[in-house]
Amino acid sequence: MTSLPKQTGRRLGLVIDLDTCVGCHACAVNCKEWNSGGVSAPMTDEDPYGGDATGVWFNRVHAFEVGDGATGRTVHFPRSCLHCEEPACVTVCPTGASYKREADGIVLVDEDLCIGCKLCSWACPYGAREYDFDAGVMKKCTLCIDRIYNANLPEADRVPACVSTCPANARHFGDLGDPESDVSRLAAARGGYDLMPEMGMKPTNKYLPPRPRTLGAADGGEADGAGDATTAESGFLGFIDRLYSR
Amino acid sequence: MHPAYSVIFFTTASGLGYGMLILLGVMGAAGLIAADRAFAVAAFGLAFTAVTLGLFASTLHLGHPERAWRAFSQWRSSWLSREGVAAVATYLPTGLFALGWVIWQETGGGFALAGVAGAVGALATVYCTGMIYASLPTISAWSNRWTVPGYLVLALATGSLWLAALARLFDVAHPAITHLPIGLVLAAWIVKAAYWRSLDNAPRASTRQTATGLGGEGVPVRFLFSPHSQDNFVMREMGYRIARKHAVPLRRTAQALAFGVPLVLTDLDMFWPDGPAALLTGLAVLSACVGTAGVALERWLFFAEARHVVTLYYEPRGQ
Repeated sequence: MTSLPKQTGRRLGLVIDLDTCVGCHACAVNCKEWNSGGVSAPMTDEDPYGGDATGVWFNRVHAFEVGDGATGRTVHFPRSCLHCEEPACVTVCPTGASYKREADGIVLVDEDLCIGCKLCSWACPYGAREYDFDAGVMKKCTLCIDRIYNANLPEADRVPACVSTCPANARHFGDLGDPESDVSRLAAARGGYDLMPEMGMKPTNKYLPPRPRTLGAADGGEADGAGDATTAESGFLGFIDRLYSR
Repeated sequence: MHPAYSVIFFTTASGLGYGMLILLGVMGAAGLIAADRAFAVAAFGLAFTAVTLGLFASTLHLGHPERAWRAFSQWRSSWLSREGVAAVATYLPTGLFALGWVIWQETGGGFALAGVAGAVGALATVYCTGMIYASLPTISAWSNRWTVPGYLVLALATGSLWLAALARLFDVAHPAITHLPIGLVLAAWIVKAAYWRSLDNAPRASTRQTATGLGGEGVPVRFLFSPHSQDNFVMREMGYRIARKHAVPLRRTAQALAFGVPLVLTDLDMFWPDGPAALLTGLAVLSACVGTAGVALERWLFFAEARHVVTLYYEPRGQ
């Protein structure tokens, strides 16, 4: 049923760190690789070796320039399904193919029910849904349901393909409905925010803003010991500190 | 938004057909149209053909048309599903009303009830069509208060043009039928003018800043490069946007065809009472054809002018 669950048990999603993302596209490529053999397979490509190659990808890494001059910077911006709390892509679906899981909040498409009307792709502000012209159905990020619950994988690997492959550790997976989870605390500590909150979709995924640029460091500065490094944090914040100090 | 021809044909044709069914149901039940068999065959024939071809065309752009029946299931949340349910349900009362008119030349009593019920069903179907678009916050050109009135009044206007033309052809013209298009076409013109006005003046709720969460006051966010070298589905489906300089002349053309020509030609006896009946009838038919073409162009613009917020991630220009 395309009516939404009143609430979901967990709210699984991603926290994406725009400060550390280096724009290598490894998340997009590993997503394509895993899902080409997973529940959404095949992720059809058209004219893959020709001049107008196009195809289904669940993850796209954009690049923007933010600001000017000394504070200007390049920000790499991975974009994928945000597994919203109020996903309009689900409620507009006329067949019940699109649904939001009550247990964990993951938004999925049942490809056997999809008629390929594409209305869900119109309803999504984030461009998360990509139509497979070959299969005639809509496809989207599954948050790798065939990895995160896969008992054949070592427990450490039961995360979405994009998260497991990220060499910059810019992608974090967990339950954003639990305020005590690592991802919730990370989002809280770093000011994680929603994309296009004005659309009212209440996205689950959070984005972490780039940290302010450090200026004037080139001349060495005064080695007066002033700084955070002397006060060693413990617990989760210490972990975050060590993680991002590397 | 990419203007898919199947959807343009569907909304134009089904609008015309449902507009006719609304007017036939109400005016037939009120006894304003003579219960003439030949006229009824032509009018209901045209209305049902337009509606049915339109519904059929709407399945052409589906990836799996053979599963289209599943679209009747989610009426509790989906306007597209509601449209399908309303469209099919409307066949029953309108079909009954048409049978009474064609076979027994009877439009009163129980048949009048069926006619009014059919009119309500047809109105509900067009309302659902409008709501499919109006309920999408991602496309501000559609999610405004003029979208649904636009669909309703354009359906009535095109329906009334064809009804008036057929009434003249079959010599059952009552002034209520021949004058009707003037009022409805004028109303449609006003609604579309208001629609375009709101389109041009609407503040943009979403910007590249809200889409990315980057930048802010005095800190611009510029497009650097695309995630991929070739266009993907999202860009092809949502990226189509007509240049502003083309939109203005196209709006003028659409208004001239959909409203200007029909206003002058459909009821020319108002200005020329002694005109030869054959010529006046011919001009009424012509104005129905031109008006329908104008509505199809208006429908094309409805898509081509609409900007989807996802383009904020892609467009090199914009903010």
